[in-house]
Amino acid sequence: MVGEEKRKKRLDRSIKVRTEGLYALSSWGEMAYLIMPRLVLILGLLVLPLILDMYWQRVLCSAGIYALLALGFDFLAEYVGLVCLGGAFFIGAGGYISGLLNAYLGWSPLLSIPIATIAGAVISTLVLLPCLRLRGIYFAIVSFMFPLFSVYIIIALNVFGSTEGISALANLPNIWVEQYLILGAVILSLFALRRLVIEDIGVIFQSIKDNDQAVNASGINITAYKAKAVFIASLIGCFGGAYLSHLYGWLGLSLFAMDFSILPIAASVMGGMGSLVGPVLGAFILTPLSEALRGFGQLRVVLYCLILIGFMVYKPEGLMNYLERKYHQFEHWEKV
Amino acid sequence: MHDESILRVENIRKTFGGVQAVKDLSFSLSKGEILGVIGPNGSGKTTLVNLITGFVRADSGNIFFKKRNITGIPPHKIVNFGLTRTFQVMRPYHSLSAFKNLIVPLNSPRVRRTRSGKLGDIDAVAIDILEEVGFERDARVPYKAAGTLPLGYLKRLELARCIALRPDLIICDEIFSGLSMSEITSLIPFLEKLQMEGTTMMMIEHRLRELFKLANRLIVMNFGEKIAEGIPVEVIENQEVKEAYLGTATS
Repeated sequence: MVGEEKRKKRLDRSIKVRTEGLYALSSWGEMAYLIMPRLVLILGLLVLPLILDMYWQRVLCSAGIYALLALGFDFLAEYVGLVCLGGAFFIGAGGYISGLLNAYLGWSPLLSIPIATIAGAVISTLVLLPCLRLRGIYFAIVSFMFPLFSVYIIIALNVFGSTEGISALANLPNIWVEQYLILGAVILSLFALRRLVIEDIGVIFQSIKDNDQAVNASGINITAYKAKAVFIASLIGCFGGAYLSHLYGWLGLSLFAMDFSILPIAASVMGGMGSLVGPVLGAFILTPLSEALRGFGQLRVVLYCLILIGFMVYKPEGLMNYLERKYHQFEHWEKV
Repeated sequence: MHDESILRVENIRKTFGGVQAVKDLSFSLSKGEILGVIGPNGSGKTTLVNLITGFVRADSGNIFFKKRNITGIPPHKIVNFGLTRTFQVMRPYHSLSAFKNLIVPLNSPRVRRTRSGKLGDIDAVAIDILEEVGFERDARVPYKAAGTLPLGYLKRLELARCIALRPDLIICDEIFSGLSMSEITSLIPFLEKLQMEGTTMMMIEHRLRELFKLANRLIVMNFGEKIAEGIPVEVIENQEVKEAYLGTATS
């Protein structure tokens, strides 16, 4: 009897794999199993603003920006094979465009943010277009250069407020709009990306990562597809930038700060590369952590590094991959 | 045999540093035939494939495919004219399951053009194609990650990625190498069927016995030059070919 049951279970499992999620409709238990983690994440993010005080609400907003960048980084690195260290360029492009539209033309943030998101993504894609032929570390180096490049152009040409920046930009209507806008963007882009990577276009991206010459030999223009991927990632990043300039009501050279390129990587490593959820989780842990450690002054960087090193040594797969593995073991739990 | 040529290579030449990989090579391929290309290691066979498919740019010379000059055109465009290739070192998309490997060619402009409206379930089409090249439909093999498949299946997968494009000309770069006798004998009828359906093939091969069964015509290369051309039985009797393979007799 036990053997019979085990056999049935094994058959069921192979059917599950083939139906890709459709099996969930078979029972409430299966559905709950799939929905629970998603629900915890969404509700968790949506409830956070209600229980935090003013200061931590602000931290939550900037954590959201880092989450967006980490999401874009993870998508490009793990699903397309482009290690992009140019997160700061996305923030800068989005932030400057939105800020300038507001400062010079007086457009409301609700109009300038969407425009800056798209325009910034177009500019970022065009700038990165010539380097898309590069692979691996070479692409990483070149993409890392662009934020620095932009800073010196702005200083040299003495435009857009030069080194002082432009202050007194319009803020978003109130703190609730601020928080839910960024949290909504994080949730939306997270689930959109998770969807995208299993669609045909996502399969092509993955194939480009696995072997770009074989994709070329299948009659697909890899540069065009890489450009599409960069556009998607920079769309997410530029939204973060545009939002940031209105969050602080200020634009300046620190929008191109290296933090925006580095912290998302740390968040991805900690959260678990390739899971998309992991980097978001990582960003929502690391950003508040670096605020909490502020009391230690200069020492906080050291503590920060120790935590990161700890993760790399003891949990190199990252938080999310670990949790996911444990959660899936749950399913096969059998009482002996 | 039709005398309509589908591929014409004229005086093609390629140098890597000081090495002349391909020297003034010319040949043509008629529609529907199977052309075998043989030669010792390092004789420039794979370079020739790379030149024809656009992966390597020729120093001089011209290549015409279906009367269109394809010299210097990027590979992905050439593929969309109907000229595909397999790789000598197989290049599966390791992390994807076998049938997902076919999503890429099925999304190429060439296939999108020919399918009117929506293709239906693209995954089902992919599994059909895998069955065509000899994956067992009801086994789990098509669902396994390509990185875990044994060599025989990888070769078939490589071929399936070509077939998915419904090409006019397939260039097989050592499709038999590394396969067992039984795997080869199961592949041969499939290649014969492809020929019957009107696909032209160019086969780079080291397994001469199997190639002679299939090929209508042979080209022998040595040091980047064509040293012989003709039907298989004539070519192997050629003195120069024997020397290239076995070395020159010394007194």
